[in-house]
Amino acid sequence: MNAGAAAAHPVARLDSVSLSHGKTRALDAVTLDIPSGCMVGLIGPDGVGKSSLLSLIAGSRRIQTGRVEVLGGDMADPAHRRGAYPRIAYMPQGLGRNLYPTLSVFDNVDFFGRLFGQGKGEREQRIRGLLDATGLAPFAGRPAAKLSGGMKQKLGLCCALIHDPDLLILDEPTTGIDPLARRQFWQLIERIRESRDGMSVVVATAYMEEAARFDRLVAMDGGQVLACGTAAELLERTGTTDLDAAFIALLPAARREGYRKVVIPPRPADTGGEAAIEADHLTRRFGDFTAVDDVSFRIARGEIFGFIGSNGCGKTTTMKMLTGLLDASEGRALLFGREVDPQDVGVRRRVGYMSQGFSLYSELTVRQNLQLHARLFGLAPGRIAARVDEVAAQFGLTGIMDALPDALPLGNRQRLSLAVAMIHAPNVLILDEPTSGVDPIARDGFWTILVDLSRRLNVTVFVSTHFMNEAERCDRIALMHAGRVLVCDTPAAIVASRGAPTLEAAFVGHLEDAANDGPVAEMAPEPLGAGPGPATGGSRRFFDIRRLYAYTRREALELLRDPIRATLATVGSLILMFVVGYGINMDVENLTFAVLDHDDTTISRDYALQLSGSRFFTEKPPLAGYADMDRRMESGEIALALEIPPGFARDLSRGRETAVGAWIDGAMPSRAETVRGYVEGMHATWLAQKARERYGAGATQGDFRLEVRYRYNPDVRSLDAMAPAVIPMLLLMIPSMLAVLSVVREKELGSIVNFYVTPVTRLEFLLGKQLPYVGIAMVNFLLLTGFAVSVFRVPLTGSLATLTAAAFLYVTVATAMGLFLSTFMRSQIAAIFGTVMLTMIPAAQYSGMIDPVSSLQGVGVFIGRIYPATHFMTISRGVFSKGLGFDDLSRAFLPLLAAIPVLLGLGAAFLRKQDR
Amino acid sequence: MRLANIVHLGIKELRGLGRNTMLLVLVLYAFSLSIYMGSKAMPETLNRAPIAIVDEDQSALSARITNAFYLPYFMPPRLISQPEMDLRMDAGLDTFALDIPPGFQRDLLAGRSPTIQLNVDATRMSQAFSGGGYVQSIVSGEVEEFLARHRTAGRLPVELDLRARFNPELDEAWFGAINELIEAITMLAVILTGAALIREREHGTVEHLLVMPVTAFEIMAGKIWSMGAVVLAATAFSLFVVVETLLAVPIEGSRALFMLGAGLDILAMTCLGLFLATVAGSMPQFALLTMMVLMPLQLLSGGVTPRENMPEIIQAIMSAAPNTHFVILSQAVLFRGAGLAVVWPQLAALAVISATLFAFSLSRFRQFLR
Repeated sequence: MNAGAAAAHPVARLDSVSLSHGKTRALDAVTLDIPSGCMVGLIGPDGVGKSSLLSLIAGSRRIQTGRVEVLGGDMADPAHRRGAYPRIAYMPQGLGRNLYPTLSVFDNVDFFGRLFGQGKGEREQRIRGLLDATGLAPFAGRPAAKLSGGMKQKLGLCCALIHDPDLLILDEPTTGIDPLARRQFWQLIERIRESRDGMSVVVATAYMEEAARFDRLVAMDGGQVLACGTAAELLERTGTTDLDAAFIALLPAARREGYRKVVIPPRPADTGGEAAIEADHLTRRFGDFTAVDDVSFRIARGEIFGFIGSNGCGKTTTMKMLTGLLDASEGRALLFGREVDPQDVGVRRRVGYMSQGFSLYSELTVRQNLQLHARLFGLAPGRIAARVDEVAAQFGLTGIMDALPDALPLGNRQRLSLAVAMIHAPNVLILDEPTSGVDPIARDGFWTILVDLSRRLNVTVFVSTHFMNEAERCDRIALMHAGRVLVCDTPAAIVASRGAPTLEAAFVGHLEDAANDGPVAEMAPEPLGAGPGPATGGSRRFFDIRRLYAYTRREALELLRDPIRATLATVGSLILMFVVGYGINMDVENLTFAVLDHDDTTISRDYALQLSGSRFFTEKPPLAGYADMDRRMESGEIALALEIPPGFARDLSRGRETAVGAWIDGAMPSRAETVRGYVEGMHATWLAQKARERYGAGATQGDFRLEVRYRYNPDVRSLDAMAPAVIPMLLLMIPSMLAVLSVVREKELGSIVNFYVTPVTRLEFLLGKQLPYVGIAMVNFLLLTGFAVSVFRVPLTGSLATLTAAAFLYVTVATAMGLFLSTFMRSQIAAIFGTVMLTMIPAAQYSGMIDPVSSLQGVGVFIGRIYPATHFMTISRGVFSKGLGFDDLSRAFLPLLAAIPVLLGLGAAFLRKQDR
Repeated sequence: MRLANIVHLGIKELRGLGRNTMLLVLVLYAFSLSIYMGSKAMPETLNRAPIAIVDEDQSALSARITNAFYLPYFMPPRLISQPEMDLRMDAGLDTFALDIPPGFQRDLLAGRSPTIQLNVDATRMSQAFSGGGYVQSIVSGEVEEFLARHRTAGRLPVELDLRARFNPELDEAWFGAINELIEAITMLAVILTGAALIREREHGTVEHLLVMPVTAFEIMAGKIWSMGAVVLAATAFSLFVVVETLLAVPIEGSRALFMLGAGLDILAMTCLGLFLATVAGSMPQFALLTMMVLMPLQLLSGGVTPRENMPEIIQAIMSAAPNTHFVILSQAVLFRGAGLAVVWPQLAALAVISATLFAFSLSRFRQFLR
């Protein structure tokens, strides 16, 4: 340990750095030097600013006030950050939060390698080395989502180490991991440090026994640094023997006051009677995988029963079966002697359940969350306020009642989750790793409450944990591995029977035994070989095609792993085109009409026959009178009513003026116009015919013919006009929607942090994301065009090459539009709604699909002129119907060409490279 | 108790919505500006239609015909030569091109029945189909009047007294506004509820609800009433403030009846949204599914083109869609002033569809929670 020498060249230096999230102050004027070349631990309770501090050092968050220097430069300076990203590796908090769950282990690491611009050979060699060293090699093809927590963390470490960083930042890397995996993790870090001399490591941790191993410690509280030094120095300064105690001693007096050591009164002698919880040969299979295999145990009333075991060994599944969330494949789960029935709502009132991923409503405040649950559990309305306050006080939530859970540190959220599970004072508490990631003080506080509930109120507590000191507090524990219970007894008995010095040693021993004869869980890690020379840390260039390709490849892989999405995007649009092309018909036919014939002569009937005989009109029963006409027009039964006046035939023969009345339903104006045209035309024809009958050939004077030629679509087939217009609409909506969601989803689910802390630039990120969707859209285009020509028989008269080139530009615009929109959206709901609003409506209304843009009014004209769909619609119709080629349509290409740089430029300008 | 659960679960949804500022902005936009713009931008069926005339006759009659095309129905006609005609139509500059042959007036007076050629750009959808008849009647009218001075034989004195009911000026904006409103209702109702459910699943909160004494029915009903209420409130705002006041669309019938129909339509749409959410595995899948459902609903419900023009099979399929009935109902009530006696079949259909969709999505939802 050469603390003195190292301090001379700090790897990171913070000078009066402050950070606020809304009203919460996460960091309060922190000034701190982090020495290089050693392992520095940040310790302290949750919510004291450890994570904020690390994210500032990693450059993932924007600096608000103060100065942060990392690797000898100012992190506020984008140029320095660009140079620093390849030298820093950052693993954010939360199990695998920056990993891509559908991608395989290999693909995940590979993606990071590409982000740092490494070539194929180098990448493969490095990945092999890392996977071998971490024991992940046998699982290289497994999707990250299917890994256990410990393996996820190792994978995260592989991803972080791919570029040989000089500074490794780990935010609570071992939270929620079982002791065996944790031990392996730290051995791995040790070996990496041995082979990479001079690498600095900064770790935040809640495990004090881990912290004891670090070279230097920084104790934090309330956004401030309490003390710095080696573990020994801290112990000496506080006069304590272990770090837990030292930390508590370092706290200001006011904070220390609430702390009490957990004391567990002995349990009163077993009162006998039925068990509170009983598992009777429980088995659960998922497909051919047996998650829980013949598990049996009984938990007495008021007992604290602990569940320990490696990650993914079936603890959660067992607990879910006991709460009725999952059905058992075999065996029975009993609560108070009654079989758990998922339909029985009554039993749920007696159970409080806290799941592993917290299930709090992030859009409700702490108080609202508590109130909602109180109400749902049917507490008397009058008691709710008092109960909420009582629980809030009990769990130390009083000060944060109006905060939103997402703004709270992990520990507080865990406490809130427990408060929510306890709000209805249940007899049984089933808690799935309630304390993972919670700091020691909060954990002790939590256990004080549990012990109180058990001993005073006789509440049965069934709790799973990875902390051995917590397991020791349980009345009995069950050790689970690979779906089976290995041993179930009091902690002391387990230690004794194993002859181990501590419970942890006993636990690890059991696991190792099981691993030896069971299926290979994790390979014995090999020593980390020397890397293949210095890693390519990534060019500092503004634009690197390899980084871009990293995103393209990843996005494409994700699409391949989600065949439903890819199918919906392609086959779905075919179905849409079919439905719309077939359904929309501009040719108005089958118009209903009825006649109010006051005359009722041969002549008047002949007049009406003129209409009913045409293919456009369908005659309905005659009208009985004006009231009948009103009613039938109101209901929309008839679109046209004709009234022939009394004495029509007589007047006609005498050459007296007379008039036929025609009422058109104007509710749908376009249809009304068509009806008007038809009626006028027929009226004129009828008159001409009558005139010829009466006056003979003399009436032909003034006769002329108007020959209507429907060009480009001589048969006036609606489909021929519709299909070339539907293609632009579909090619806009679907690609832009996919592009928007690809970015917003990363924001909502957390993996956007990889973009923040790697050298990838904004343009590389956007273009990289865009390419696969351009590819999918082009496939779509070919499918749609092929479908139109072969199934709809729409003639394609012009140049297919021109159309294809235009389609390529157009879908590039569509996806760029999606990416631009994504910079404003944070939630996927808003993204979906916004994209539908901003693509479907303009494409249908302002792009000349139904009405030509030149005929629009007001803003519509403006939107129509600049909207890309308009121009592609012109090209599509030109090529399909008008037999045109590039020379004729070149004018419509220009706006599309211009839109691409504009949209991408705006997208890049508005996209943030750091979190706020 | 159960009712209370539904109420509280709904209030939770409303609070969540209240925190999504971007979404609120979009909702406001959809129900105000989007409708206003859409309605103002919609042209009359025949508005500013571009027309060109090849006048090879150069007679008094041909000049008369040329002068008969004027705004707002037609753009002032451009006088062009025959070769120009093809080029301009190819480029999409004109929808109509009228070719008056040489000696038209002379032949007409001589009773030789000359032919005028009207070229229509048939790719121009609505204009092409409805404008053709218009051009025809304008030309006939001009020829008629011209002949009145030269006529030797009599003609029949029968007038055609044409009137459009319910919308005498055939103002497209009225219709457009209501149509836009219906679209916004459909979109919002489906997306809000469906996406809210997917979000709960992606964040793991649905599972949590299941360990509490609430039933699937209550969870669903809570989402439906709250999101439905938001959409209904937005609808009322849009109808009274945007459509009636700002756009000054005269409303004939009972607003309450329309709102009742809207309520039923919204109920059906929210159920549809939940159903889609139970089918989709993730948000992107839901988004694509939504598009696949929304687009046909929008284009085939009878709001954009008349229902009776669609093939029988489409009509039959679309009669199962709530939109179809709602479009019929809104046109009848808002424009034709129809009362309950007229639109009860639509209300009944909406109620049946809602109930079916609700039952169906409830059973899907129960399976989905398993």
